[in-house]
Amino acid sequence: MAMNTTPKQTSHLKREILVRLIKAYLGDDFCENTRLIPYAMRPKGSEVPYRCCIHKERAILRDRTVAGLGMSIEDADDSELLSTLAAKSLERKEPEENPLTVLTTACKGCVPSRIYVTDLCQGCVARPCVNTCKFGAISIENGKSVINPDKCKNCGMCVQVCPYQAITKIIVPCENACPVGAIAKGEDGHAKIDFEKCISCGKCVAACPFGAVHEKSQIIDILKNIKAGKKVIAMVAPAIMGQLPCKPTQLKDAIIKLGFADVYEVAQGADVTTKTEAKEFEERLEAGAEFMTTSCCAGYNELVEKHIPEMKPFRSDTKTPLYYTAEIVKKEHPDAVTVFFSPCNAKRKEAMQNPNVDFVINYEELGAWFVALGVQVSECGEIEFNTEASAEARNYAVTGGVAKAVQTMLPEHIPAYPVVINGLDKQSIRDLKKYAKNGVCELGNLIEVMACPGGCLGGNGTVNAYKQALKQLTGYVNESKPLVNTEKIN
Amino acid sequence: MDKKVSVKVCLGTTCFVMGSANLQELIELVPRKYGDKVEVTGVPCLGLCSIDWEFSKAPYVKVNDDVIKEATVEKVLKAIEEKLN
Repeated sequence: MAMNTTPKQTSHLKREILVRLIKAYLGDDFCENTRLIPYAMRPKGSEVPYRCCIHKERAILRDRTVAGLGMSIEDADDSELLSTLAAKSLERKEPEENPLTVLTTACKGCVPSRIYVTDLCQGCVARPCVNTCKFGAISIENGKSVINPDKCKNCGMCVQVCPYQAITKIIVPCENACPVGAIAKGEDGHAKIDFEKCISCGKCVAACPFGAVHEKSQIIDILKNIKAGKKVIAMVAPAIMGQLPCKPTQLKDAIIKLGFADVYEVAQGADVTTKTEAKEFEERLEAGAEFMTTSCCAGYNELVEKHIPEMKPFRSDTKTPLYYTAEIVKKEHPDAVTVFFSPCNAKRKEAMQNPNVDFVINYEELGAWFVALGVQVSECGEIEFNTEASAEARNYAVTGGVAKAVQTMLPEHIPAYPVVINGLDKQSIRDLKKYAKNGVCELGNLIEVMACPGGCLGGNGTVNAYKQALKQLTGYVNESKPLVNTEKIN
Repeated sequence: MDKKVSVKVCLGTTCFVMGSANLQELIELVPRKYGDKVEVTGVPCLGLCSIDWEFSKAPYVKVNDDVIKEATVEKVLKAIEEKLN
């Protein structure tokens, strides 16, 4: 499974910029110090590790900083100084609509996706490539196979049949990672996201080796609200408990040290989701439904809306754990500004559609904030959470966890056969379309869908390696109280 | 001959966020590769990130007394090889 495959050097760059931005905001002259970020990172005479010259390095770092300010790199005027953009970022009332932005100067390096015959071609007698090609795109010239790009449809059949493995498919990593064909290199050689198709899953962010796809950060908006003295409340997704080298109670203290008024576990809302969804599953099955899918993954929900509308009748109407948590928080604190601590980009989109969720921060940004302030999480004090969530709810972040929780709450006469979609890709989307079309899933009746392999712990905004994160989170789950199905006991 | 190499992977918050989360695999990988000739441990903050803007050179790993900046699995393995030979 490809999990947490974000190229490490690009993560390092993005995180360094975030730390510098946060330091700039908390320092004396935010706008001017933001303008200086590319120069501080590549001072005069410094090494040029990645690009042709120091000027291009700085130009690219400038663009990355634009994303850190929460703005679209594509729309930002090149001639505007970062200080001007920083000032603008302070004025906005709410985050920009589309959560992703592409740094096109960084994506020039990729050649367009195509099939390519390498020097390994032996010009063999059998010529399976020529014979297999349905489009007549391959001919032999000077004893070697040659592909006519006008006829080639990139189907890849020739790649599969070549006995010398001499034909290869040159891929564009972002295009290859996108499960819905929403990102592609245009005529100009730049990757462009089609937001009509994009499901915000963040796979392209993780896949690009140039780190060209950025999330538009809302960190400035959050800092601004804290500075203004607002009651800013953190709602942390279950996945966070595997992310940083400390106990959950220490993490709460660490987050409060950043200026948050309180910290709620979204697992609290997950307990509501579990109970509601189990009830719904029971009712649907009794009414004769063949299957139901979960509804807590934001990437999956956007997939259904945009690409598999026929799945809507089969998707649970139960709201997400974030929805219920935000509702509880706004009820208890009507004056609060709420911030969701997310493992992925897709939740940014969900948050924009939910008036109870004001902002989103991912774990990369949170980590950068700790670095900027010098918060040592393992040395923080311990603060208990006000509401104790169940073990099952805290395990929502792991693939299979949601289905397991729902199963626990079902009465005995309703048997659930969980099917786990562990990561959305072209194949699993085809499977889902088939289930929706046929109105039946031959593998089971409770389909859990997670856009990321491994579940939320494999989200694009995480910092910990998957295995370690899983170990840490499982430790927390195991010490939590299990859900009790009172119906089963009675 | 009987050289023992000590590897300390800093798991302080800064190093962890800047990349040592991905170095934790060394803790499993190295003993498998070198047996007890090399000892790898995850340690609390080594204090190297706190000076000025040195966070940008995190994560830090110490191989015996040498400090590796912007450590990667490859860099650390190379440093171990050098110490053993």
